[in-house]
Amino acid sequence: MAVITTNGLTHTFRTKRGPVAAVRGIDLTVERGEILGFLGPNGAGKTTTLRMLTTLLPPTGGSATVAGHDLARDPAGVRRRIGYVAQSGGVDPTVSVREELVTQGRLYRMGKAEAAARAGELARDLGLAELLDRPCAALSGGQRRRLDIALGLVHRPEILFLDEPTTGLDPGSRADLWQSIRRLRAEHGMTVFLTTHYLDEAEALSDRLVIVDQGLVAAEGTAERLKAEHGGAPDATLQDAFIAITGRGTTPRNPAPLAV
Amino acid sequence: MPHLVADTALIFGRYARQTLRSKPALIFGMVQPLLFLVFFGPLLTDLPLGGRASSWQTIVPGILVQLGLFSASFTGIGLILERRTGVVERMRVTPVSRLALLMGRVLKDVVQLLWQSLVLVGVAVALGLRAPVLGVAIGFVFVGALTISLASLSYALAMRVSSPQGFAPVINSITMPAILLSGILLPMSLGPRWLDIASHFVPFRYLVDGVRAAFAGEYGDGKIALAALVATALGVVAVTLGARLFRQAGA
Ligand SMILES: Nc1ncnc2c1ncn2[C@@H]1O[C@H](COP(=O)(O)OP(=O)(O)OP(=O)(O)O)[C@@H](O)[C@H]1O
Ligand SMILES: [Mg+2]
Repeated sequence: MAVITTNGLTHTFRTKRGPVAAVRGIDLTVERGEILGFLGPNGAGKTTTLRMLTTLLPPTGGSATVAGHDLARDPAGVRRRIGYVAQSGGVDPTVSVREELVTQGRLYRMGKAEAAARAGELARDLGLAELLDRPCAALSGGQRRRLDIALGLVHRPEILFLDEPTTGLDPGSRADLWQSIRRLRAEHGMTVFLTTHYLDEAEALSDRLVIVDQGLVAAEGTAERLKAEHGGAPDATLQDAFIAITGRGTTPRNPAPLAV
Repeated sequence: MPHLVADTALIFGRYARQTLRSKPALIFGMVQPLLFLVFFGPLLTDLPLGGRASSWQTIVPGILVQLGLFSASFTGIGLILERRTGVVERMRVTPVSRLALLMGRVLKDVVQLLWQSLVLVGVAVALGLRAPVLGVAIGFVFVGALTISLASLSYALAMRVSSPQGFAPVINSITMPAILLSGILLPMSLGPRWLDIASHFVPFRYLVDGVRAAFAGEYGDGKIALAALVATALGVVAVTLGARLFRQAGA
């Protein structure tokens, strides 16, 4: 059963220097309990798509149903069922780890005791137990990333959106996080929609990949299928396929000039 | 909206704690009005400012309204900085009431302002202010209402601009003329007729007049009623507009 369906989902930013067509019509379906890897070069429109699916950004075209609720008509219904970990996180540096976790639970309408218990549980699961009383400013990059992820899990969402969750994590933490994501799916049937620039991670973690480029879906399928169809050689890697599909590596085709 | 009250309390608590953590900001917010009180107030003690009220009963209300006007209109700066940390988006993905995200912050501003007003009036009493308790309380209600209106608009604007540099000029260009034309420093009735007339188009003027009447214990001459009317109208318009802009802001 599909938990996410989008239909020509579009967002064009209006800027002073004219419109920016960030997402130009995305059609996709995500099945319940699936781990979907959402890949694409910098600026392809991944974050913009996630911000639309999480109700932060109203689409300028198209429609979507997320966790059984229409994005435009019932954003509140969507919000109750999803968790979102933004690419650049979202914690107040002056607030303690515990306060952030408890507040997040309360924002999801948990009682005080329940929110406090859940904060302790998540801190244990994500290796933050010793850091609970530190201000967020005093966390390392990887510790902060784990806190961001804990915040997205507080209410045990049906769908978890992760925007580059492992950027900045050491290899050990990265492996731990993969483990946690697989466990969440196994134990709670959670659907995970994640973006990443690490192709090994995408391959190891995802059931299926969607590759976007310039705001459109360029290819989709299992890693095996993408390699076979786009890799060009029997022993092709996912990277070969990615480059063949997008016409470049993970850097943009027209990088900004270094000096103006 | 069954959750509005609980959500507002939650957001209020978060920002009240944040304010209490930044003690320097709390103290420096008080310095400017205290300086006015101590160095400007005594200049006027023997000047006839109209009416039977003492000069302190004229000056202190002006300083209170000015404090409310400035701190409420600039309060959005903090939200602009907070948006950069991603906290605002993180909260907007949760089911928390959008109105509570605004009103929790606004309430924090009101409480902070009432606390500062209390300190100011305390200092003013030490310097020579004598005013009826009821009048002072009525004055505080007006200053609180002004804060609700302006803080709502300030936060709404802060959701729409991306930098303090884009925010401050807008606010300055509104607050400066508003302060000069509302008779905050000296009653407009002292000035030439054209200036007095011009000031009647600035809603804050009625609030200043109302707070002055309250401090003077003149409850019956219509100034307080007029101020209540203006404060209510301003509040309804500002909160409705602010809440709508705040809810819509997404991009
Ligand atoms: N607020 C905005 N205003 C204007 N343009 C924007 C805005 N946000 C994103 N864009 C533009 O939209 C396009 C897509 O951006 P988006 O952040 O979705 O890319 P992405 O796929 O997440 O890239 P990355 O891998 O670098 O995170 C880019 O060209 C970007 O510059
Ligand atoms: Mg991105």
